[in-house]
Order: sequence, then structure tokens, then C-alpha cells
Amino acid sequence: MSPSRWLAILASLAVLAIGVSACGSSSDDSSGSSGGGDLSGQIAGAGSTAQEAAQEAWIAEFENANSGATVTYDAVGSGGGREQFIAGGVAYAGSDAALSTEEGELEKAVKRCASGKVVEVPAYISPIAIIYNLEGVESLQLDPETLAKIFNQEITTWNDPAIAKDNPGTELPDTRITPVNRSDESGTTQNFTEYLSEVVPSVWSYEVSGDWPVKGGEAAQGTSGVVEAVTAGDGAIGYADASQAGELGVAKIKVGKEYAEPTPEAAAKIVEESPEAKELAKSPYMFPFELDRKTESQGTYPIVLVSYLIGCTKYGSTSEAELVKGYFEYAVSSEGQEIAAENAGSAPLSAGLTKKITPAVEAIEG
Amino acid sequence: MEAHADTTTNAGQLIAAASGGRRRWGDRIFSNASVAAAVTILALLAGVAAFLLIQAAPAVTASSSELPGGKSLIDYIAPLAFGTVLAATIAVVLAVPLAVAVALFISHIAPRRLLLPLGYMVDLLAAVPSIVYGLWGIFVLGPAAVGPMEWLEKHLGFIPFFEGPASVTGRTMLVAGLVLTVMILPIVSAVAREVFSQTPRKLQEGALALGATRWEMIRMTVLPFGKSSIISGAMLGLGRALGETMAVTIILSVSGIVSFNLISQANPSTIAANIALDFPESTGLAINTLIASGLVLFAITLVTNLIARAIISRQNVQ
Repeated sequence: MSPSRWLAILASLAVLAIGVSACGSSSDDSSGSSGGGDLSGQIAGAGSTAQEAAQEAWIAEFENANSGATVTYDAVGSGGGREQFIAGGVAYAGSDAALSTEEGELEKAVKRCASGKVVEVPAYISPIAIIYNLEGVESLQLDPETLAKIFNQEITTWNDPAIAKDNPGTELPDTRITPVNRSDESGTTQNFTEYLSEVVPSVWSYEVSGDWPVKGGEAAQGTSGVVEAVTAGDGAIGYADASQAGELGVAKIKVGKEYAEPTPEAAAKIVEESPEAKELAKSPYMFPFELDRKTESQGTYPIVLVSYLIGCTKYGSTSEAELVKGYFEYAVSSEGQEIAAENAGSAPLSAGLTKKITPAVEAIEG
Repeated sequence: MEAHADTTTNAGQLIAAASGGRRRWGDRIFSNASVAAAVTILALLAGVAAFLLIQAAPAVTASSSELPGGKSLIDYIAPLAFGTVLAATIAVVLAVPLAVAVALFISHIAPRRLLLPLGYMVDLLAAVPSIVYGLWGIFVLGPAAVGPMEWLEKHLGFIPFFEGPASVTGRTMLVAGLVLTVMILPIVSAVAREVFSQTPRKLQEGALALGATRWEMIRMTVLPFGKSSIISGAMLGLGRALGETMAVTIILSVSGIVSFNLISQANPSTIAANIALDFPESTGLAINTLIASGLVLFAITLVTNLIARAIISRQNVQ
């Protein structure tokens, strides 16, 4: 080989190396210089896509109030958010599930916040509506067992006696039922299947996960995809964030003796009435809820998604901690919850719940 | 590659000799730059393959209970690979005849003033982003296909492809395949068109002089001449259809099953679409599993290309 050829190979390797190193440096920008009285600096968060709209609204308002502060939120998904938080890539995470013992996640999070404690507070509650599209049927009532049988394809036509039993006086057509589920892995699926497997375990024997377990149904990508598919197909039924239901019919679900609608109040109420999952709380500042989906309490709606903000009480710099504290405080404040409700259609935290979790946010040492 | 570099050097030496024994700077830079480009491509490909292998390894060695869904890696990837090949096959089977017809029309049949705008418009199809095709698929083509698919179920239901029950939303394998057809049409026809128009005039005029009709002339001269280009165009199209992600992700109602039924709501997913759907919420081993499926897609595309090369080189020998 001639020297010139060696030179060429060397040059090309150098180019490649530069390319690889450029890809390698990830965006983990956290903490900025400490400012004066007003909050300033930069923090990054990542996580739940369900929280995205709410986070955007919070960030806009928070940055307005603190002109020196920059908060970014990357909606990479709950799992990715928790992972990045544990790895120290982001200052806080948004997650549709509380930190769990799976793959040592909880221990790793405790380690991540070694200088302080882990903070985990519910900040985004969204009722999941059962949406349907059935010509000539304006209102629909379902009990959990029928709902589960529709989604596991045991009940295949709309005039099935099981559906008729819950809807006296409604003329049900013999249209084929097309159950629509999410094709992507999602917290909405996780919460919906959790509800079914807890309330009617005899019918719904699948393992609970973010992936839809039943084969053979119609599947669509994202909340918008499910809404689109249900809108397009006569006889279709699906589940989606209540705020996205639009013009579609929303089924009432039997709770106790009544049929409940997915209102913000009913969703907030069930979280407030639910016990905490003590074994998942590794510090006094963690509030992982064990939703009481089997509740028969009137005025509650059991199919809800609870999404958490996860952070630490101590960070590398006080300015970073101050910023996380300020941001969390704003997010769970009544003002922040109102804005999320407006922009994302979530259910504001109840006063009782806010009071309960405030000490956790205050504990962040700014 | 070695032979190629040598000819470059030989040519360089020739030019150098012609210009008084001294190699010019321009030649040296050009030759080095092109060698560098070639090496970079190889290094990138090797880098991608290495990345896939390294990242897929944990999923390959893990026991099936640790993998998503508790299935073995083969059980997880096989339906996806099946769906990928099925969707791409539909697309190629439908697109190739159409693309050849379009290419022939442009190269031999269209009136001169239509040539340019028509060729331009076919090329423009390739410029539409795949996500736009996806949206077109769910909002326009899907709903429009519901009626015809019900017809297929009713009248051709005895064929396994149209067994039904027909989907009420139109987000089926058939529709995904049709959208892929439109997406790969411009590539296949562009490759074919270029070669068709280079068919030697002597052959064409000879055929016509012997009394062949226009169709006979095309059949006897243009098509044999362009055969290898049709195959390579089809393979390029197949490559794109195999890897197409966004459009399939949006359109297809996926169910993780293996089925030849093209018109029902339950369809096999494709590898690329599955990665796009599941990656955002995946962590740990689940990501390794997705990357392992990506490795399989990489292998499928590689094998397809090798087969295409083999076919083309055999054609050329004949």
C-alpha cells in the first residue's frame, strides 16, 4: 500500500471518530449559575408522554414568573424518564408509575439521591374514558365484567344480553364490536388493564403491563390514534384520556350500585381515598398510591391514570435544588393544577391530597 | 475494491506521466477523497452492524422469562419478521408491474410534451415524507378501503388473504401494503425508466423494420434489455418497503399474530413499526430485544440485496 492510501484511511477513521464522539455526548444539561433572589438556572426533566401537555403549560408559566430559569421536559416515556433520572441525566422525572422494586429501580433511585432523599409526588391525574362509536346509541352503561368481556373479545356484538342488561330501554343494534387498544406501550394501557385485572380477575387473567395483552383487536398508535380509529369505525370501542374524547360517546362505568362518569372530580376523589403503597415508599417524601380500584364509594371513577413527579431532596448545587423545588411547588399548587386541567384536561389534585404532599416538595433543600 | 483503487492509481499515473512525470495536487486530493469516502461507507456499515450485535447480545443470552411478554426471542421476533416480509411483498408485487408500465409509458409511449412533467411528477412521489403517506393512509385510503374490503370478504372470502372479518376502520395489512406500493413506485420506475430509454436505437428500429408492432418491439428489445434494471429497481423498492417505519406504524392495526388474512383488524406487526411503537416506553432488556429485532431486519435486507446481486450478475453473464 502506498503512503497516500494509508493517509486516506487514517483521515477517514478520524472523520468517523469525530462522528461517533458527537453522537456519544448526550444532553445532560443540569444546574446553572446561581442568580439573585429570583430563581434562575437550568434544569432538565424527562418522562411520561401523558404529562407532556401539562409539563409544557407548567414550564411556560414557570419561566414567565422566573425570567432567569429554564426548564426542559423531554417526553421520552415513563420508563425512559425514570432511567435517565436514576442515571443522573435529568434533574427530575415524570412517570406514570411509581418507582418499583423491578430491576432494583427503587434502590437505584435511593442511591441516585444518596446525599438526600427521594421525592415522589402525584402531580397529574387523568381519568381514562371508555369511548365508543355506535350509531343511534347516545348513552351507554357498562359494568366492569361486561367491559372486560368486550375487551377480551368474549362479547362480540352490541346487542349481547350482557350489554342490554345494563342499558334498559336502549335499542342496541347487532353491529359487530371492534375493541380498539393502543399499539404502543403506554401508561394508559397499564392503568386500564390494572383496573380490569383488579376488579374482575375472573374474566381478565392477563398480566398487567403497558403492552396490550389481547391479540386480535384493532390497535392504534397513541391516544390520538385510538380516538381516530374509534371515530372511523362504527361499532368501535376504545379507551383514551377523557380530555381527548371529543364528540365521541363516553360510557358510564358501574361503581358500587351507581354508574360513574369520568369527571375530574370523580378521578381526584379516588386518588384521595386510596391507600399509599407503603412498601414502595423509601422516604417520608414518597407517595406511591395503591389505587383502590375496587372501591364502591359513590362519586368516584376508578379508571384513572396517576402520574408522578420524581426528584431528590438534595442536588449537586443549591441553585439546582431551588429550581426543582420551585418547579414542583408550582406544578402541585392549585394554580399549576388549574393550568394543567385547562391545557391537558387533567383532574386537579384535591385539597386534601395537596396538603398531604406539600411537605415532600418543601423538603427539597433549596 | 482493491481492483478499483488500482485502476484509479493507474489512471492517476497515466495522467501524471502525460503532464510531465509529476502528479498534480488535484489528482491526489481527488483520489484520496474518493478512497476515504469508500472506506467511510464500509466503516459506517461495520459500525452499525457492531452496534446491533453488541446491543442485541444481552437479549440473545437472556432466558425467555426475562424478555418482554415472557416469550423466547425467536417467538418474539418471528411474527414481526413475517409481517415485515408480508407487507413488503404486497408492496413489491403491486408496485413492480405498475412501475414498469409507468416507466415504459414515459420512455416510449408518452407524447413528447408530456414527458417532462410526467417524469417530474413520478419523482415527486418520492419526495413526499412517509409520515404524510401514513396520515393519508388512515384518513383517506383506510376509510375508503372499508367498502371494497367488505366486498372482498363477501365474494373472495374463500381465499385465505380475504378471509375477514373485514375491518371497520380500514387500518389493515392490505391498506398498509397499498401505501407502501405508492411509496416505492417512484424508485422502481425511475431505475427502470433510465435503462429503458437507453435501449439501443438500432435494436428498436430493427424490430420495427421487421414488422413488429410497438408492443412487440417493447417486448423483444426494451424489456429484455431492461430486465436487470427492473430487478434491481424492485430490490431497491423492497429494501425501502422492508424498512419503512412511520407510515406502517400509523396505519397498521397490529396484533402480534401470524396471519395471511390481509383485511381483518388483527395484523402482524413489522419489525420497524414495532421498534417505533415500543421503544419510547422500553427500558433495560426490552430495548436489547428491540435492537435484536433490528438486527434481524438488517440481516433480512442484507440477504435480499445479496440475492438481487446474484440474480443481476447471472443475467449479465447470459
